[in-house]
Amino acid sequence: MMNSSTSLPEEGASGGAKPGSYYSYGIPYLPIDGYPGRIIAIEGTDGVGRSTQIRLLREWLEVQGYGVVETGWTRSELMQPTIDLAKSSNTLNKLTFVLLYATDFADRLEKEIIPALKAGFIVLSDRYIYTAMARAGVRGIDRQWVRNLYGFAIAPHLVFYLKIDDRTLIRRVLQARGMDYWESGMDLKLGDDIYESFRAYQRALLREYASMADEFRFRTLDARRKVDVLQDELRRQIGAFLADSDTSAAGTKPE
Amino acid sequence: MEGIDGSGKTTQLTLLSKWLSAAGHPVFVTEWNSSALVKAATKAGKKKNALTPMTFSLLHATDFADRLLYNVIPPLKAGMIVLADRYTYTAFARDAARGVDRRWVRELYSFAVKPDLAVYFRVPIDVSTDRLLARRVKLKFYEAGMDMGWSHSLVESFRLFQGKVLDEYDRLVDEFGLSVVNAVGSITEQQRTFRRLVSQHLEIETNDEQLDELA
Repeated sequence: MMNSSTSLPEEGASGGAKPGSYYSYGIPYLPIDGYPGRIIAIEGTDGVGRSTQIRLLREWLEVQGYGVVETGWTRSELMQPTIDLAKSSNTLNKLTFVLLYATDFADRLEKEIIPALKAGFIVLSDRYIYTAMARAGVRGIDRQWVRNLYGFAIAPHLVFYLKIDDRTLIRRVLQARGMDYWESGMDLKLGDDIYESFRAYQRALLREYASMADEFRFRTLDARRKVDVLQDELRRQIGAFLADSDTSAAGTKPE
Repeated sequence: MEGIDGSGKTTQLTLLSKWLSAAGHPVFVTEWNSSALVKAATKAGKKKNALTPMTFSLLHATDFADRLLYNVIPPLKAGMIVLADRYTYTAFARDAARGVDRRWVRELYSFAVKPDLAVYFRVPIDVSTDRLLARRVKLKFYEAGMDMGWSHSLVESFRLFQGKVLDEYDRLVDEFGLSVVNAVGSITEQQRTFRRLVSQHLEIETNDEQLDELA
Protein backbone atom coordinates (compact mmCIF):
# COMPACT_ATOMS: atom_id res chain seq x y z
CA MET A 1 0.00 0.00 0.00
CA MET A 2 2.73 2.45 0.99
CA ASN A 3 4.72 1.80 -2.14
CA SER A 4 1.89 2.19 -4.58
CA SER A 5 3.02 5.64 -5.66
CA THR A 6 6.05 4.42 -7.61
CA SER A 7 3.88 4.49 -10.70
CA LEU A 8 3.08 8.18 -10.25
CA PRO A 9 4.83 10.78 -12.37
CA GLU A 10 7.96 12.30 -10.90
CA GLU A 11 6.32 15.30 -9.34
CA GLY A 12 6.35 16.98 -6.00
CA ALA A 13 9.11 18.63 -4.03
CA SER A 14 12.42 18.24 -5.76
CA GLY A 15 15.60 20.20 -6.25
CA GLY A 16 14.54 21.29 -9.71
CA ALA A 17 12.28 24.09 -8.49
CA LYS A 18 13.30 27.73 -8.76
CA PRO A 19 13.93 29.35 -5.34
CA GLY A 20 10.89 31.33 -4.24
CA SER A 21 8.45 29.35 -6.38
CA TYR A 22 6.28 26.35 -5.58
CA TYR A 23 7.97 22.99 -5.76
CA SER A 24 5.21 21.45 -7.81
CA TYR A 25 1.46 22.05 -8.24
CA GLY A 26 1.56 24.56 -5.40
CA ILE A 27 -1.53 26.36 -4.14
CA PRO A 28 -3.49 27.43 -7.24
CA TYR A 29 -5.50 30.08 -5.41
CA LEU A 30 -2.37 31.77 -4.02
CA PRO A 31 -0.08 32.89 -6.84
CA ILE A 32 3.29 33.99 -5.44
CA ASP A 33 5.24 35.02 -8.52
CA GLY A 34 7.30 38.13 -8.06
CA TYR A 35 6.97 38.35 -4.29
CA PRO A 36 9.98 40.26 -3.00
CA GLY A 37 10.67 38.31 0.21
CA ARG A 38 13.22 35.57 0.76
CA ILE A 39 13.11 32.25 2.61
CA ILE A 40 16.19 31.05 4.43
CA ALA A 41 15.81 27.65 6.06
CA ILE A 42 18.06 26.36 8.82
CA GLU A 43 17.85 22.59 8.95
CA GLY A 44 19.38 20.04 11.19
CA THR A 45 18.64 17.58 13.95
CA ASP A 46 18.18 18.42 17.61
CA GLY A 47 21.17 19.82 19.42
CA VAL A 48 22.82 21.63 16.52
CA GLY A 49 22.04 25.08 17.89
CA ARG A 50 19.54 26.18 15.27
CA SER A 51 17.64 28.59 17.49
CA THR A 52 20.80 30.30 18.74
CA GLN A 53 22.01 30.80 15.20
CA ILE A 54 18.61 32.12 14.09
CA ARG A 55 18.49 34.60 16.97
CA LEU A 56 21.92 35.94 16.04
CA LEU A 57 21.08 36.07 12.34
CA ARG A 58 17.90 37.99 13.01
CA GLU A 59 19.79 40.59 15.02
CA TRP A 60 22.39 40.96 12.29
CA LEU A 61 19.82 41.24 9.49
CA GLU A 62 17.67 43.75 11.37
CA VAL A 63 20.67 45.97 12.08
CA GLN A 64 21.18 46.09 8.32
CA GLY A 65 17.57 47.12 7.83
CA TYR A 66 16.00 43.87 6.66
CA GLY A 67 12.59 42.95 7.99
CA VAL A 68 12.72 39.47 9.50
CA VAL A 69 9.98 36.96 10.30
CA GLU A 70 10.73 33.74 12.11
CA THR A 71 8.78 30.56 11.67
CA GLY A 72 9.27 27.15 13.23
CA TRP A 73 7.98 23.64 13.07
CA THR A 74 4.76 22.70 14.95
CA ARG A 75 3.91 26.17 16.03
CA SER A 76 0.70 26.89 14.19
CA GLU A 77 -2.24 27.98 16.27
CA LEU A 78 -4.50 25.59 14.40
CA MET A 79 -2.59 22.38 14.94
CA GLN A 80 -0.61 22.80 18.15
CA PRO A 81 -3.38 21.45 20.41
CA THR A 82 -4.12 18.51 18.10
CA ILE A 83 -0.49 17.51 17.73
CA ASP A 84 0.05 17.81 21.47
CA LEU A 85 -3.03 15.67 22.11
CA ALA A 86 -1.94 13.08 19.60
CA LYS A 87 1.59 12.91 20.98
CA SER A 88 0.45 12.59 24.57
CA SER A 89 -2.04 9.84 23.84
CA ASN A 90 0.25 7.91 21.47
CA THR A 91 -2.60 7.48 19.03
CA LEU A 92 -0.56 8.77 16.12
CA ASN A 93 0.31 6.21 13.53
CA LYS A 94 3.02 7.05 11.04
CA LEU A 95 0.72 8.17 8.26
CA THR A 96 -1.41 10.47 10.39
CA PHE A 97 1.81 11.76 11.98
CA VAL A 98 3.09 12.84 8.55
CA LEU A 99 -0.26 14.34 7.55
CA LEU A 100 -0.71 16.30 10.77
CA TYR A 101 2.69 17.91 10.31
CA ALA A 102 1.86 18.71 6.69
CA THR A 103 -1.37 20.38 7.82
CA ASP A 104 0.54 22.40 10.36
CA PHE A 105 3.04 23.45 7.72
CA ALA A 106 0.28 24.41 5.26
CA ASP A 107 -1.28 26.61 7.94
CA ARG A 108 1.98 28.43 8.58
CA LEU A 109 2.79 28.67 4.90
CA GLU A 110 -0.49 30.41 4.09
CA LYS A 111 -0.77 32.55 7.20
CA GLU A 112 2.82 33.46 8.01
CA ILE A 113 5.27 32.67 5.24
CA ILE A 114 3.40 33.78 2.12
CA PRO A 115 2.17 37.09 3.62
CA ALA A 116 5.73 37.78 4.81
CA LEU A 117 7.17 37.06 1.35
CA LYS A 118 4.58 39.33 -0.19
CA ALA A 119 5.55 42.13 2.17
CA GLY A 120 9.25 41.70 1.42
CA PHE A 121 10.42 40.09 4.65
CA ILE A 122 13.23 37.64 5.06
CA VAL A 123 11.68 34.50 6.52
CA LEU A 124 14.03 32.59 8.79
CA SER A 125 12.65 29.10 9.07
CA ASP A 126 13.74 26.99 12.00
CA ARG A 127 13.53 23.63 10.17
CA TYR A 128 11.59 23.28 6.94
CA ILE A 129 9.91 20.47 5.03
CA TYR A 130 13.13 18.43 5.01
CA THR A 131 12.66 17.62 8.69
CA ALA A 132 9.23 16.21 7.89
CA MET A 133 10.65 14.28 4.95
CA ALA A 134 13.46 12.86 7.07
CA ARG A 135 11.06 11.77 9.81
CA ALA A 136 8.72 10.20 7.26
CA GLY A 137 11.62 8.48 5.52
CA VAL A 138 12.80 6.92 8.77
CA ARG A 139 9.27 5.65 9.33
CA GLY A 140 9.21 3.91 5.98
CA ILE A 141 6.69 6.18 4.25
CA ASP A 142 7.09 6.16 0.50
CA ARG A 143 9.54 8.92 -0.48
CA GLN A 144 7.80 9.92 -3.68
CA TRP A 145 4.47 10.20 -1.89
CA VAL A 146 5.96 12.56 0.72
CA ARG A 147 7.54 14.65 -2.03
CA ASN A 148 4.20 14.88 -3.79
CA LEU A 149 2.53 15.83 -0.52
CA TYR A 150 4.95 18.73 -0.03
CA GLY A 151 4.58 19.83 -3.65
CA PHE A 152 2.63 22.82 -2.29
CA ALA A 153 5.70 24.10 -0.42
CA ILE A 154 7.86 26.97 -1.64
CA ALA A 155 11.49 26.21 -2.50
CA PRO A 156 13.64 28.31 -0.14
CA HIS A 157 16.28 30.67 -1.49
CA LEU A 158 18.88 29.16 0.85
CA VAL A 159 18.92 25.98 2.90
CA PHE A 160 21.63 25.57 5.50
CA TYR A 161 22.06 22.12 6.92
CA LEU A 162 23.80 22.20 10.30
CA LYS A 163 25.39 18.81 10.47
CA ILE A 164 26.80 16.89 13.42
CA ASP A 165 27.85 13.32 14.01
CA ASP A 166 25.68 10.98 16.05
CA ARG A 167 28.02 10.90 19.11
CA THR A 168 28.00 14.67 19.46
CA LEU A 169 24.27 14.79 18.78
CA ILE A 170 23.43 12.28 21.50
CA ARG A 171 25.56 14.03 24.10
CA ARG A 172 24.10 17.44 23.30
CA VAL A 173 20.51 16.25 23.51
CA LEU A 174 21.12 14.41 26.76
CA GLN A 175 22.77 17.48 28.22
CA ALA A 176 20.04 19.83 27.09
CA ARG A 177 16.89 18.03 28.07
CA GLY A 178 17.11 14.29 28.03
CA MET A 179 15.19 12.10 25.64
CA ASP A 180 11.50 12.02 24.93
CA TYR A 181 9.34 9.32 23.40
CA TRP A 182 8.97 10.75 19.91
CA GLU A 183 12.48 12.16 19.50
CA SER A 184 13.73 8.72 20.44
CA GLY A 185 11.63 7.13 17.74
CA MET A 186 10.09 4.85 20.36
CA ASP A 187 7.02 4.58 18.13
CA LEU A 188 9.22 2.69 15.70
CA LYS A 189 9.70 -0.09 18.26
CA LEU A 190 13.40 -0.30 17.59
CA GLY A 191 13.89 -1.81 21.01
CA ASP A 192 12.93 -1.36 24.64
CA ASP A 193 16.18 0.34 25.56
CA ILE A 194 15.43 4.03 25.10
CA TYR A 195 19.10 4.90 24.58
CA GLU A 196 19.59 2.29 21.85
CA SER A 197 16.34 3.35 20.25
CA PHE A 198 17.34 7.00 20.41
CA ARG A 199 20.73 6.28 18.84
CA ALA A 200 19.31 4.14 16.06
CA TYR A 201 16.64 6.74 15.35
CA GLN A 202 19.00 9.71 15.27
CA ARG A 203 21.46 7.83 13.05
CA ALA A 204 18.66 6.98 10.63
CA LEU A 205 17.62 10.65 10.62
CA LEU A 206 21.17 11.75 9.82
CA ARG A 207 21.21 9.31 6.89
CA GLU A 208 17.93 10.79 5.62
CA TYR A 209 19.27 14.37 5.77
CA ALA A 210 22.46 13.26 4.02
CA SER A 211 20.44 11.66 1.24
CA MET A 212 18.59 14.94 0.62
CA ALA A 213 21.66 17.21 0.65
CA ASP A 214 22.38 17.07 -3.07
CA GLU A 215 18.78 16.83 -4.20
CA PHE A 216 17.75 20.01 -2.39
CA ARG A 217 21.04 21.86 -2.67
CA PHE A 218 21.74 22.06 1.06
CA ARG A 219 24.64 24.21 2.10
CA THR A 220 26.14 21.87 4.65
CA LEU A 221 27.95 23.41 7.63
CA ASP A 222 29.82 21.61 10.40
CA ALA A 223 27.77 22.34 13.52
CA ARG A 224 30.45 21.10 15.90
CA ARG A 225 32.25 24.40 15.46
CA LYS A 226 31.90 27.23 17.96
CA VAL A 227 28.71 29.29 17.84
CA ASP A 228 30.44 32.45 16.61
CA VAL A 229 32.49 30.65 13.98
CA LEU A 230 29.34 29.05 12.60
CA GLN A 231 27.52 32.38 12.75
CA ASP A 232 30.29 34.11 10.80
CA GLU A 233 30.04 31.49 8.08
CA LEU A 234 26.24 31.83 7.88
CA ARG A 235 26.54 35.63 7.67
CA ARG A 236 29.18 35.42 4.98
CA GLN A 237 27.03 33.19 2.78
CA ILE A 238 23.76 35.01 3.44
CA GLY A 239 25.46 38.38 2.94
CA ALA A 240 26.79 37.27 -0.44
CA PHE A 241 23.37 35.94 -1.47
CA LEU A 242 21.56 39.13 -0.43
CA ALA A 243 24.12 41.35 -2.15
CA ASP A 244 23.51 39.37 -5.36
CA SER A 245 19.76 39.41 -5.15
CA ASP A 246 19.64 43.09 -4.16
CA THR A 247 21.50 44.06 -7.32
CA SER A 248 19.38 41.79 -9.49
CA ALA A 249 16.08 42.80 -7.86
CA ALA A 250 16.47 46.26 -6.45
CA GLY A 251 14.13 47.39 -3.74
CA THR A 252 14.44 44.57 -1.21
CA LYS A 253 16.92 46.39 0.99
CA PRO A 254 16.02 49.83 2.25
CA GLU A 255 18.46 52.58 1.34
CA MET B 1 -21.35 5.87 -1.21
CA GLU B 2 -20.87 9.28 -2.68
CA GLY B 3 -23.11 12.26 -3.26
CA ILE B 4 -23.71 15.79 -2.03
CA ASP B 5 -25.65 16.60 1.13
CA GLY B 6 -29.32 15.92 0.55
CA SER B 7 -28.68 13.20 -2.03
CA GLY B 8 -30.12 10.61 0.36
CA LYS B 9 -27.03 8.43 0.37
CA THR B 10 -27.08 7.87 4.13
CA THR B 11 -30.67 6.59 3.92
CA GLN B 12 -29.60 4.27 1.13
CA LEU B 13 -26.61 3.10 3.12
CA THR B 14 -28.78 2.21 6.10
CA LEU B 15 -31.17 0.17 3.97
CA LEU B 16 -28.32 -1.59 2.21
CA SER B 17 -26.68 -2.38 5.51
CA LYS B 18 -29.89 -4.00 6.79
CA TRP B 19 -30.16 -6.14 3.68
CA LEU B 20 -26.54 -7.28 3.86
CA SER B 21 -26.76 -8.09 7.56
CA ALA B 22 -29.99 -10.02 7.06
CA ALA B 23 -28.26 -12.03 4.36
CA GLY B 24 -25.51 -12.93 6.80
CA HIS B 25 -22.81 -10.56 5.58
CA PRO B 26 -21.04 -8.82 8.43
CA VAL B 27 -21.02 -5.08 7.78
CA PHE B 28 -18.84 -2.27 9.09
CA VAL B 29 -19.86 1.36 8.55
CA THR B 30 -17.39 4.23 8.50
CA GLU B 31 -18.28 7.88 8.10
CA TRP B 32 -16.37 10.75 6.57
CA ASN B 33 -14.58 13.05 9.01
CA SER B 34 -15.35 11.06 12.14
CA SER B 35 -12.01 10.22 13.75
CA ALA B 36 -11.60 11.53 17.28
CA LEU B 37 -8.15 12.91 16.60
CA VAL B 38 -9.15 15.23 13.83
CA LYS B 39 -12.57 16.19 15.14
CA ALA B 40 -10.94 18.48 17.70
CA ALA B 41 -8.95 20.39 15.10
CA THR B 42 -11.81 20.61 12.61
CA LYS B 43 -14.09 21.94 15.30
CA ALA B 44 -11.56 24.52 16.49
CA GLY B 45 -10.93 25.54 12.90
CA LYS B 46 -14.61 25.86 12.16
CA LYS B 47 -15.30 27.95 15.20
CA LYS B 48 -12.65 30.47 14.29
CA ASN B 49 -13.27 30.08 10.57
CA ALA B 50 -9.57 29.40 10.48
CA LEU B 51 -9.37 26.63 7.90
CA THR B 52 -8.04 27.40 4.44
CA PRO B 53 -8.83 25.12 1.48
CA MET B 54 -5.39 23.50 1.90
CA THR B 55 -5.62 22.88 5.66
CA PHE B 56 -9.22 21.73 5.22
CA SER B 57 -8.03 19.25 2.62
CA LEU B 58 -5.09 18.00 4.69
CA LEU B 59 -7.15 17.62 7.86
CA HIS B 60 -9.63 15.46 6.02
CA ALA B 61 -6.81 13.39 4.57
CA THR B 62 -5.50 12.92 8.12
CA ASP B 63 -8.93 11.82 9.26
CA PHE B 64 -9.15 9.46 6.31
CA ALA B 65 -5.73 7.94 7.02
CA ASP B 66 -6.70 7.41 10.64
CA ARG B 67 -9.96 5.71 9.72
CA LEU B 68 -8.35 3.70 6.95
CA LEU B 69 -5.92 2.15 9.39
CA TYR B 70 -8.39 1.61 12.24
CA ASN B 71 -11.82 1.30 10.59
CA VAL B 72 -11.31 0.11 7.05
CA ILE B 73 -8.32 -2.21 6.79
CA PRO B 74 -9.01 -4.32 9.92
CA PRO B 75 -12.65 -5.10 8.98
CA LEU B 76 -11.50 -5.88 5.43
CA LYS B 77 -8.90 -8.27 6.80
CA ALA B 78 -11.61 -9.84 8.92
CA GLY B 79 -13.63 -10.45 5.77
CA MET B 80 -16.32 -7.87 6.49
CA ILE B 81 -18.04 -5.54 4.06
CA VAL B 82 -17.03 -1.96 4.71
CA LEU B 83 -19.69 0.61 3.85
CA ALA B 84 -18.09 4.03 3.61
CA ASP B 85 -20.40 7.01 3.87
CA ARG B 86 -18.25 9.12 1.53
CA TYR B 87 -14.80 8.07 0.43
CA THR B 88 -11.83 9.70 -1.34
CA TYR B 89 -14.08 11.05 -4.10
CA THR B 90 -15.64 13.45 -1.60
CA ALA B 91 -12.20 14.97 -1.09
CA PHE B 92 -11.52 15.07 -4.82
CA ALA B 93 -14.81 16.88 -5.44
CA ARG B 94 -14.82 19.30 -2.50
CA ASP B 95 -11.16 20.22 -2.51
CA ALA B 96 -11.17 20.90 -6.23
CA ALA B 97 -14.32 23.01 -5.80
CA ARG B 98 -12.31 25.05 -3.27
CA GLY B 99 -9.48 25.62 -5.73
CA VAL B 100 -6.99 23.01 -4.55
CA ASP B 101 -5.01 21.37 -7.36
CA ARG B 102 -6.82 18.26 -8.62
CA ARG B 103 -3.67 16.29 -9.35
CA TRP B 104 -2.24 17.04 -5.92
CA VAL B 105 -5.36 15.76 -4.10
CA ARG B 106 -5.37 12.55 -6.12
CA GLU B 107 -1.72 11.89 -5.31
CA LEU B 108 -2.36 12.77 -1.67
CA TYR B 109 -4.92 9.96 -1.42
CA SER B 110 -2.85 7.41 -3.34
CA PHE B 111 -2.42 5.48 -0.07
CA ALA B 112 -6.15 4.68 -0.01
CA VAL B 113 -7.54 1.23 -0.69
CA LYS B 114 -9.39 1.20 -4.00
CA PRO B 115 -13.05 0.36 -3.30
CA ASP B 116 -14.62 -2.69 -4.96
CA LEU B 117 -17.63 -0.57 -5.81
CA ALA B 118 -18.17 3.18 -5.70
CA VAL B 119 -21.74 4.37 -6.06
CA TYR B 120 -22.58 7.99 -6.75
CA PHE B 121 -26.06 9.21 -5.85
CA ARG B 122 -26.59 11.97 -8.35
CA VAL B 123 -29.13 14.65 -7.57
CA PRO B 124 -29.76 18.14 -9.00
CA ILE B 125 -28.94 21.00 -6.67
CA ASP B 126 -32.61 22.10 -6.40
CA VAL B 127 -33.72 18.69 -5.19
CA SER B 128 -31.00 18.41 -2.55
CA THR B 129 -31.62 21.95 -1.31
CA ASP B 130 -35.37 21.35 -1.10
CA ARG B 131 -34.85 18.11 0.82
CA LEU B 132 -32.50 19.70 3.33
CA LEU B 133 -34.72 22.74 3.84
CA ALA B 134 -37.86 20.60 4.16
CA ARG B 135 -36.18 18.61 6.92
CA ARG B 136 -35.20 21.92 8.50
CA VAL B 137 -31.61 20.81 8.48
CA LYS B 138 -29.39 23.70 9.46
CA LEU B 139 -26.88 24.05 6.63
CA LYS B 140 -23.36 23.77 7.97
CA PHE B 141 -20.70 26.41 7.45
CA TYR B 142 -18.14 24.44 5.43
CA GLU B 143 -20.69 22.21 3.70
CA ALA B 144 -22.28 25.38 2.41
CA GLY B 145 -18.88 26.66 1.30
CA MET B 146 -19.29 29.79 3.43
CA ASP B 147 -15.50 29.88 3.86
CA MET B 148 -15.22 30.81 0.18
CA GLY B 149 -17.06 34.09 0.76
CA TRP B 150 -19.19 33.75 -2.37
CA SER B 151 -22.41 34.76 -0.70
CA HIS B 152 -23.60 35.98 2.68
CA SER B 153 -26.70 33.85 2.39
CA LEU B 154 -26.21 30.31 3.68
CA VAL B 155 -28.68 28.85 1.17
CA GLU B 156 -27.27 30.77 -1.76
CA SER B 157 -23.71 29.85 -0.80
CA PHE B 158 -24.73 26.19 -0.47
CA ARG B 159 -26.21 26.24 -3.97
CA LEU B 160 -23.15 27.88 -5.49
CA PHE B 161 -20.64 25.68 -3.71
CA GLN B 162 -22.47 22.36 -4.06
CA GLY B 163 -23.11 23.22 -7.70
CA LYS B 164 -19.34 23.25 -8.21
CA VAL B 165 -19.02 20.03 -6.22
CA LEU B 166 -21.56 18.41 -8.58
CA ASP B 167 -19.46 19.47 -11.58
CA GLU B 168 -16.45 17.82 -9.99
CA TYR B 169 -18.41 14.62 -9.29
CA ASP B 170 -19.34 14.49 -12.96
CA ARG B 171 -15.65 14.44 -13.87
CA LEU B 172 -15.05 11.67 -11.34
CA VAL B 173 -17.75 9.42 -12.80
CA ASP B 174 -15.69 8.97 -15.97
CA GLU B 175 -12.27 9.18 -14.39
CA PHE B 176 -12.90 6.52 -11.75
CA GLY B 177 -15.84 4.63 -13.20
CA LEU B 178 -18.30 5.48 -10.45
CA SER B 179 -21.67 3.71 -10.71
CA VAL B 180 -24.37 6.35 -10.89
CA VAL B 181 -27.74 6.02 -9.18
CA ASN B 182 -30.38 8.56 -10.09
CA ALA B 183 -31.11 9.93 -6.62
CA VAL B 184 -34.29 11.74 -7.67
CA GLY B 185 -36.32 8.53 -7.82
CA SER B 186 -38.19 6.98 -4.91
CA ILE B 187 -36.22 5.55 -2.02
CA THR B 188 -37.26 1.99 -2.88
CA GLU B 189 -36.47 2.39 -6.53
CA GLN B 190 -32.99 3.68 -5.70
CA GLN B 191 -32.42 0.92 -3.19
CA ARG B 192 -33.38 -1.67 -5.79
CA THR B 193 -30.80 -0.30 -8.23
CA PHE B 194 -28.26 -0.07 -5.44
CA ARG B 195 -28.78 -3.69 -4.37
CA ARG B 196 -28.52 -4.86 -7.96
CA LEU B 197 -25.16 -3.10 -8.26
CA VAL B 198 -23.90 -4.57 -5.01
CA SER B 199 -25.10 -8.08 -5.83
CA GLN B 200 -22.80 -8.08 -8.85
CA HIS B 201 -19.94 -8.09 -6.38
CA LEU B 202 -21.34 -10.52 -3.84
CA GLU B 203 -22.90 -13.92 -3.68
CA ILE B 204 -26.25 -12.80 -2.44
CA GLU B 205 -29.83 -13.35 -3.47
CA THR B 206 -31.71 -10.32 -4.64
CA ASN B 207 -35.08 -10.66 -3.06
CA ASP B 208 -37.44 -7.97 -4.18
CA GLU B 209 -40.19 -9.16 -1.87
CA GLN B 210 -38.02 -8.37 1.12
CA LEU B 211 -37.47 -4.93 -0.31
CA ASP B 212 -41.15 -4.35 -0.85
CA GLU B 213 -41.75 -5.15 2.81
CA LEU B 214 -39.14 -2.58 3.77
CA ALA B 215 -40.74 0.08 1.65
